[in-house]
Amino acid sequence: MSAPELQGTSSLRYLWRQLTSMRNALILLLLLGLASIPGSIYPQRTQSPLKVREYFETNPEFAKWLDRFYLFDVYGSPWFSAIYILLFVSLIGCVVPRTWHYAKEALRKPAPPPSSLKQLENYQTANATLDSAADWLKKNRFRITRDKNSLAAEKGYLRETGNLFFHLSLIVVLLGIGASSVFGMRGEAIVTIGERFINVPTSYDNLAPGRFFNLERMPPFTITAANFDAEYDAETRQPLDYTLVARVTDSPTSTPVEKIVKVNKPLTFGDSRVYLQANGFSPLVTVRDQEGIVKFEGPVPFLPQDSNLTSIGAIKVPDADPQIGFVATFFPTAARDEVRGGFSSFPELLDPRLLISVWQGDLKMDSGVPQSVYRIDTDGMERIGLKGLSIGESYDYGVGTITFNGVVPWVNLQVVKDPGKQAALIGSIFAIIGLLASLFIRQRRIYVRSNGKQIEIAGFGNRPGLEEEIKRMVEK
Amino acid sequence: MTGRDWAYLSNDLIYVALFAYAFSFLGYAFATAFSVKPGGIDRSTTKRSNRIATIFFIIATAALTLGVIARGLSATRVPWGNMYEFSITGALTFAIAYLIIGRKYDLRWLGLPITILILIILGTAITLLYRPSAPLVPALQSTWLVVHVAAAIFSGGLFLLSNTVASAYLWIDRMERRGGRSEFAKRLPSLEVLDQLSYRLVAFVFPLWTFAIIAGAIWAEAAWGRYWGWDPKETWSFITWILYAAYLHARVTAGWKGRKAAWLSLIAGSSYLFNYVYINVWGTGRHTYSGL
Ligand code: HEM
Repeated sequence: MSAPELQGTSSLRYLWRQLTSMRNALILLLLLGLASIPGSIYPQRTQSPLKVREYFETNPEFAKWLDRFYLFDVYGSPWFSAIYILLFVSLIGCVVPRTWHYAKEALRKPAPPPSSLKQLENYQTANATLDSAADWLKKNRFRITRDKNSLAAEKGYLRETGNLFFHLSLIVVLLGIGASSVFGMRGEAIVTIGERFINVPTSYDNLAPGRFFNLERMPPFTITAANFDAEYDAETRQPLDYTLVARVTDSPTSTPVEKIVKVNKPLTFGDSRVYLQANGFSPLVTVRDQEGIVKFEGPVPFLPQDSNLTSIGAIKVPDADPQIGFVATFFPTAARDEVRGGFSSFPELLDPRLLISVWQGDLKMDSGVPQSVYRIDTDGMERIGLKGLSIGESYDYGVGTITFNGVVPWVNLQVVKDPGKQAALIGSIFAIIGLLASLFIRQRRIYVRSNGKQIEIAGFGNRPGLEEEIKRMVEK
Repeated sequence: MTGRDWAYLSNDLIYVALFAYAFSFLGYAFATAFSVKPGGIDRSTTKRSNRIATIFFIIATAALTLGVIARGLSATRVPWGNMYEFSITGALTFAIAYLIIGRKYDLRWLGLPITILILIILGTAITLLYRPSAPLVPALQSTWLVVHVAAAIFSGGLFLLSNTVASAYLWIDRMERRGGRSEFAKRLPSLEVLDQLSYRLVAFVFPLWTFAIIAGAIWAEAAWGRYWGWDPKETWSFITWILYAAYLHARVTAGWKGRKAAWLSLIAGSSYLFNYVYINVWGTGRHTYSGL
């Protein structure tokens, strides 16, 4: 009755052996590479959600099929994870048992020579003594086992060690990546210059915590965006430098410290870092009703559309009765031509202009469907005006007025907590070192036996080069 | 000298290099064509043209070196900010690696394909990829950029050389299987030497390439807040890495040699080229610094 059971365990063992074999580990590795290709062909939700939406609009049927196979989320898909996890298991299963074996081998002295050296590679004889051979080998840092008339020498065991090191380091890298995705978090917030960002979940426009990240225990730092400066090349319009001057505190009550943030110079709070990711403009507007009562006032972040920061946005005034919405385009440096109509010809505020169309009706802000802050669903609304405004100008659209008071820049801050990143980095560095050792260290053995008058020499190694080494030894 | 003067000087030097490589190409072509006589190989007539070709090659490489340096001086930064600059630096690495390795191996026979490749790279760079010298965009203003891009471009040049050798291997291998080398091909080293050389080049570059990827990750962490994001460029670097890792593994542990190994290294090299050309020019993602 035990036969089927035995068969069960042996096929499990067979599977395990298959999984941890070098060949299959390599196949898994190649599969991982293959599996990562579709992610570079189809747009990915994590990188460019807008492109994914576009894809769905242009090929709805095909997109649905692609989505079924996770082709818009390749790197988080079950099949990608499956390969990754199998490889991980395979690495551990393959390397851990070998660690012991290698450790024992490394401490052991080389075994004495076989009875006849003639069958080995590079056999030759020389007129010298065993002592002189031993001296040479010692000088060249071989490990030696010696008895009365023979010796065995070995060098290059570090190659195996390096190889092992490499594989163990890969495991450390994978663990680091895993730790980051489980305990880490990342989030983004748009902060208008002059405003303060407090690190609590509600401050974020977009927050992606890891599974075990505790939202209640976020470090309570604050960042006041004091000043932002973007410099552009006058000819090429290419950005030259972005500088954010921030006043930061570790907690809302401590005294602020002034810090400079740049694209390659994030702020650091413990293991969280804050990156300057993007920038744009927030027009400052005041909306009044017919009686002159202020219904809305403040900066409204607009979304840049091109490298000259032509930006679109929406100003929503739910307090007006009936509700009013402004669909707006902002040009930092307004220009006009026949093809494009209005556009911005430079990313700095040389001739700022706000183009608005005024819509009256239900803004549908209570409908429960999440809304973009940059757009207004104008279905069922009525357009009651259209106007271009320069700073200081107002527009009376019959049931109220809007005044364009000025412009402030905004910055997009990305907050990232990535607790496994050091492990990943250190693991990778050790991996390179291990790799170098396993690729470039030659492992070889040399045997010498004396017959009183002459010595016989022979040896073998896993790389070419031994022949020359023995020749040099003989010459000595 | 102003930045503009340096930029013009750089352009002139690159043109000088292009012409000198063209002369070198003619020399190698002459040597290749005339060394084959009906009765066998006659090297006496071609020795001189080979030497002249090599001298032009060295002059060209010196001009290219100065051209790349002047390009950097023109914007007071490292000359690795757009695809034009990547290409001229890659070609330079390729040329220097050929000269260095040529001291140990007799590689004159490779002069012809190598000058052709350099002419193609430089020609494309000048005609299609050229961009005026300009400062780096903020995301590129980082020491890690210097390290990462330098390592990546140097790797590219060396991968290309390894692939050139592997191609020569496959070509001669085919010839031998079909009944022996043609007269001309008799000047080339043995198959074993080609095989070893191609392998050694990969073994030498692979750690550098690994390092390039790691430096890239460190830079991405500082600039974008994540060290790895499966951006198309990153994905293809990873694929290239895996293919070369597979190549080394196959050689060292599975004992692959010769034809199979040569094909594998060509496939791996193509993925580098694909990453460089396709993703830079037509790809999306954040690595859009080609300036195109
Ligand atoms: C992730 C990519 C990998 C790379 C780049 C890599 C690289 C290497 C290198 C360079 C060696 C040295 C071989 C030598 O010099 O003898 C080696 C050996 C070895 N690798 Fe990997 N490896 C990888 C993945 C794996 C995996 C997943 C496993 C196990 C499941 C594995 C198991 C081994 C074993 C057992 C050896 C020793 C083979 C021998 O000494 O005969 N490797 N590997």
